[in-house]
Amino acid sequence: MSQWFMITLVGKDQVGIVAKITTTLYESNCNLGEASMLRLGGNFTIMLMVGYKGTAQSLHNLLKPVADSLQLHLHINGIKGQLHQHQAPNVRVRVYGADRVGIVAQVTTALAKGDLNILDLESDVGGDDAKPFYVMNIEGFATAGIEAVETALQELLSQQHDLEVILEPIETVVM
Amino acid sequence: MATLDLLTYPDTRLKTVSTSVMVFDEKLQAFIADLEETMRAGPGGVGIAAPQVGHFERIVIVDVSSKPKIKHHGFMILINPEITHWKDFEIGREGCMSVPDYTGNVIRAKTIHLIARDENGKEHEYDMAGYEARAVQHEVDHLEGLLFLDRLVSRRHDLFQRKVYKSKT
Repeated sequence: MSQWFMITLVGKDQVGIVAKITTTLYESNCNLGEASMLRLGGNFTIMLMVGYKGTAQSLHNLLKPVADSLQLHLHINGIKGQLHQHQAPNVRVRVYGADRVGIVAQVTTALAKGDLNILDLESDVGGDDAKPFYVMNIEGFATAGIEAVETALQELLSQQHDLEVILEPIETVVM
Repeated sequence: MATLDLLTYPDTRLKTVSTSVMVFDEKLQAFIADLEETMRAGPGGVGIAAPQVGHFERIVIVDVSSKPKIKHHGFMILINPEITHWKDFEIGREGCMSVPDYTGNVIRAKTIHLIARDENGKEHEYDMAGYEARAVQHEVDHLEGLLFLDRLVSRRHDLFQRKVYKSKT
């Protein structure tokens, strides 16, 4: 019986990473689930759900040669699949400001205080080495309503004056 | 009245282009009543298009009146609808009874002008905005065999679209 594994691959970006990894998996009859693959800085990162009939060790043995040839770090965990249980976000938080330490920790601590469950967080560092700025987009589910998130963010912004934080509801039109 | 079976993706019949309604009779009205019942029974319940139940004629029902604090036209039967004007665009999140367990960001016009016939064949014109305009655009797409999956925008870069200015050196 097929089991789900989470494969993590990280390394210097180059052409053909996704093609070579997924072809190796396809040729071994693996079924791919949900994935996040993106370039962070100069690195290419893959988080990939894989349905596979063997063990974590045999999946590792299968992928190790191609990962080594692409100079990628490989990590494999057994997981529960839990597909078809998407939760639609009801809140979006956009944050930006001059880059400094602590932005993510401070904002997400406030969001946790406001009972926001983060479903998706992506961030970029823009600008240049001399004047970097930080941009973060968060989508989540406000379990206690958007007002609780707003209160928690207002408390944060009364102490941190260097951040622009925009909170908005996400209205999903389901037809 | 009866609740009709919904087609769900990946059923390829959802990609069918529907034909115009030519005859406005009791049979059409009976179908519309069933279509409305099917819409009301669904998770969203604000709109439905005939092809979603495997009936490939250009018939749409939209009713966003359950949504508080928005402008709307109430319950609308839109037959052979044509969007003649679009203005301003925005990203919004959509889901669809025919695409279970998935929602995504789609760009739609903020305001539209629409011409459609009612169940008796009488022509009406509408100016719509916001939530209602989004619902109508989503349903009219079904008549062309388009799903919101055909219009998804990038999850990562749809919010901050930064222009890159090249310095003149």
